[in-house]
Amino acid sequence: MKISRVWVATLAVGVLAVLVLFAGCSKQAASSQPVTIRYSLWDANQVPQYQAVADKFHAIHPNITIKIEQTGWSNYWTNLQTGFVSGSAPDVFTDHLFYYPVFESNNQLVDIEPLVKRDKVPTDIYFGGLAELWTHNGKRFGLPKDWDTEAIFYNQDMTKKAGISDAEMNDLTWNPDNGGTFQQVIAKLTLDANGNNGLSANLDKSKVAQYGFIADYPGGSNAQGQTTWGCFAVSTGWWYNNAPVWGTKFNFDATNFAKTIQWYADLNLKKGYSPSYADLSNGPDSLFVSGKGAMEEQGDWQLKWIAEHAKFPVGIALLPTGPVGRRTMFNGLADSIWVGSKQQAADWEWVKYLASKESEALVGTFGDVYPAVLAGAQASVAAQKEKLKVDPQPFLTEANTKGDTFPFPITDHSTQINAIMQTALQAVFTDHKTASEVLGPANTQVNQQFQ
Amino acid sequence: MRVRGRAEALTAWVFISASLLGFAVFYAIPAIRNIAISFTQWNMLSPAKPVGLKNYALLLGDGVFWHAFKITFFYVLYNIPLQTVVALFLAVMMDRFAGSIVIRGVLILPYLLPPVVVGLIWLWMLNPILGIVDAFLKAVGLPAQPFLGSTAQALPTIAGMNIWEYMGFTGILFYAGLQTIPTSLYEAAQLDGAGEWKMFWRVTLPLLRPVTAFVVITSVIGSFQVFDTIAVTTTGGPVNSTRVLVWYIYEQAFQQFKMGYGAAMATFLFVLLGIVALVQFRLFRTGSSELA
Repeated sequence: MKISRVWVATLAVGVLAVLVLFAGCSKQAASSQPVTIRYSLWDANQVPQYQAVADKFHAIHPNITIKIEQTGWSNYWTNLQTGFVSGSAPDVFTDHLFYYPVFESNNQLVDIEPLVKRDKVPTDIYFGGLAELWTHNGKRFGLPKDWDTEAIFYNQDMTKKAGISDAEMNDLTWNPDNGGTFQQVIAKLTLDANGNNGLSANLDKSKVAQYGFIADYPGGSNAQGQTTWGCFAVSTGWWYNNAPVWGTKFNFDATNFAKTIQWYADLNLKKGYSPSYADLSNGPDSLFVSGKGAMEEQGDWQLKWIAEHAKFPVGIALLPTGPVGRRTMFNGLADSIWVGSKQQAADWEWVKYLASKESEALVGTFGDVYPAVLAGAQASVAAQKEKLKVDPQPFLTEANTKGDTFPFPITDHSTQINAIMQTALQAVFTDHKTASEVLGPANTQVNQQFQ
Repeated sequence: MRVRGRAEALTAWVFISASLLGFAVFYAIPAIRNIAISFTQWNMLSPAKPVGLKNYALLLGDGVFWHAFKITFFYVLYNIPLQTVVALFLAVMMDRFAGSIVIRGVLILPYLLPPVVVGLIWLWMLNPILGIVDAFLKAVGLPAQPFLGSTAQALPTIAGMNIWEYMGFTGILFYAGLQTIPTSLYEAAQLDGAGEWKMFWRVTLPLLRPVTAFVVITSVIGSFQVFDTIAVTTTGGPVNSTRVLVWYIYEQAFQQFKMGYGAAMATFLFVLLGIVALVQFRLFRTGSSELA
């Protein structure tokens, strides 16, 4: 009797548990109206502005509700892929030039070119060059949303103390042989515990109290060097591969490139002007805002964080001019539609609105990113000047100067190439190999990916 | 009698059915599926293509894989012996001097933290410029160490972080084991004139063998699978010095989209750990116990 009561109770619990398990898996009935669009992005700072845009959109299209899903950058792409495979990917998502080639070649993105043509969507309202980056072989996978580029962030207290004016900071030159006036300024701003600066022969490299430049060695161990060596290398006339975009034969074995990488590494290894690879384990920004260094190169997407955490006035300067001119990497994000979405007509309305002048101008007022539409970018710069007390004009100047910008180097096999260059450059930055030793074999390996 | 036995057996099955279901759904079926995937080439976004034993042939010739195998082996060597000794020491100290619940609670705290949190906190503490560890070293006159940014120090540092995290928990397992040893044996030994050290070697250790076996077998298997700490700190670098097996599998499967190859490596690791566990079972003679 006792056993059978226990039996029944256990069975009941078991059945209940199984029911609860499967209740959650029930398929949601497809609805025609109203529609909910799942829209995902990675930057938590940007949720408020996109919520504002979504609210405005909802007022225009009352039957469409936008549900914003934010996942941090480190999990964003794995989540997205898992969603593609399991059939639960978001309807519209923020896309990136590094990843969209692989999604395109696996047929996960909707080609919006026919829709752009049908609805006569203007593609010339954006910063030059951005819209084309999202086209490939006549197809289009996104409309420009925002752009980013790099500049020099510097500690104005430190530069003032060393007698370097803001005008001087914006007019520096660089070359891979002796680093130009840029290296002179870095040396001047490097101070050891005894007060010697980098120009003095008595600089004690083991007791540096203030670094002239915070290079990002871990962050630069990849195939683009977006906030590290990329802009310098391209300013020597070098280019990553054999085409402006979608190149298939790489030039990492070129002399100019090896010289640039070695110059970048030697800032720490030989000169003592920069913290080491190990010192950079938590990124350059935390060192910069803690007053450990006078300068760092960084993208505009970190401007807000840096300005809010630095306890000193932050200056922003144009990148130095290299042998063939000043060059800055111009990256642009876009929103793509997933092929597996069940409401692509509604998705297109949302994507169209996101890429419109109205939406991008609104995003600009939040002062967080620089929208692809000029009015939006100007609004953002103005908001940042007022709210953050910094002058981000150099970013806008760089983006607007014809011929100075170069696109993020879009290629196939981007993750494999990144892995190869990561190990190669880590070896250089941790002083295990020289650039010329390691780049020849690495380049051969990279080119093999295309065979 | 027989009916009662059958009813009891049935009850037992019902009770473990929930666990069994979980084991089947989350372990057994995916493991079998993994072996199936290892015979294909699959990038998740297109259908899988059967390629027979190609992935295994690739594995045999992959220098990075064998390097990962070597690195993982060294990691286990840095991690387990020291962790076991420290844990045993902690257990004996608790047993002899301070077995209060407060002390045991404090010792188990690191184990209660998620490995990702442990990794992130240590990442900040070990930064040579901003971290507290090098600040302390400099204060006592020692040179600052690069720790996670050095090819020579990164792997031992990760081992150290994990020793910190698990020594308390392992110590408590040993402590529990110590409680099973009858004090009469120690009294008898003392009457025979044995000192502390001799008692430890002749009484404590032999009688602790089942617990030691459990601790060492499970911690070696766990150590071979180290992942979280590396994922939030060094991600395999610098220059492959922390590229352990599970991290390499993750990179190949989820970052390079080579699911078939990742599955083949995972199957290899599974067989390897099975052999390691079997060898340990034999060495520790887990079928018998001096206490029985």
